[in-house]
Amino acid sequence: MRADDDAHEWLDAEAGPLVRSYAVTGGRARPGASTFDLLTYVVATPAGQRRHAVHLQPEHRAVLALAQEPISVAELSSRAGFALGVVRVLLADLLDEGAVKHLAPAVAPGHIPDDHILQAVILGLRHA
Amino acid sequence: MRDERARSVPTAIKILVAGGFGAGKTTMVGTVSEIMPLHTEEVLTSAGTDSDDLSGVEAKRTTTVTMDFGRITIGDSAVLYLFGTPGQDRFWFLWDELAIGALGAVVLADTRRLADSFPSIDYFERRGIPFVVAVNCFHGHQPFGVDAVRGALSLDPDVPVVMCDVRDRRSGREVLVTLIEHVRAITLGPAHSAVAGAG
Repeated sequence: MRADDDAHEWLDAEAGPLVRSYAVTGGRARPGASTFDLLTYVVATPAGQRRHAVHLQPEHRAVLALAQEPISVAELSSRAGFALGVVRVLLADLLDEGAVKHLAPAVAPGHIPDDHILQAVILGLRHA
Repeated sequence: MRDERARSVPTAIKILVAGGFGAGKTTMVGTVSEIMPLHTEEVLTSAGTDSDDLSGVEAKRTTTVTMDFGRITIGDSAVLYLFGTPGQDRFWFLWDELAIGALGAVVLADTRRLADSFPSIDYFERRGIPFVVAVNCFHGHQPFGVDAVRGALSLDPDVPVVMCDVRDRRSGREVLVTLIEHVRAITLGPAHSAVAGAG
């Protein structure tokens, strides 16, 4: 089969924006088993901090560079300039590589923080 | 011993800022936050978000939804994240993701268009998410009192209604205090004592 003849059938105007956004994820719109809530904190592992040791695309490296300190998925998406879905796929790849890890949340999702935390927040809001 | 920096994760608290178009959501998120509002976006297809792959996507239209959010750090222990909810009706499904794990919500109301806040109020009532109604007085004065607004919105008696000016940092943050006190009242019961005011 001659690939040249068929190449253009895969492209049209409608495909444009989506291909640009998701090209870095190999077309995957959803990460694998792992899920990354907006407020999940991630951080690079020691292996991830030695970035030369990991075979990665530039987009993965950009995410990794931002995760040298703990950072929420929402902030990571904002600072990297990638859509949330893209960031989630990239993070799932990095998780598979052992380059990042989740940080256990201080309060399980859906649970109300301890009252002393809420009181501290109220005082902080009034005095900041 | 592993040479791993002590990494305590702050308690991340999610608060939603909802209300009709033009009610001041983006302004409030920006005013009360410690940094310029951040933006994150999601790329959507007209076929919804359930499909696991993008095969056949060439026939679908795509759109980008931008979500504004801000952050308030409280010492070392907690970080508040405020998310403005997407205003357009066709992005309601995004609210479900935003609402997961949210501590509560602020519904901004503009008395000239009170009905615009009905969908937000319905949403939070149906899901049992604590919320307060903040009447944005950004036009200088507010001809309607708290009771009139409460009546017009048919609110449950324990839902707080407060007046605010979202352009003012102190006023916006006091709305957040009202919400957190409301959550404490629900959690601890009505006998709890409110945190003393700044004086």
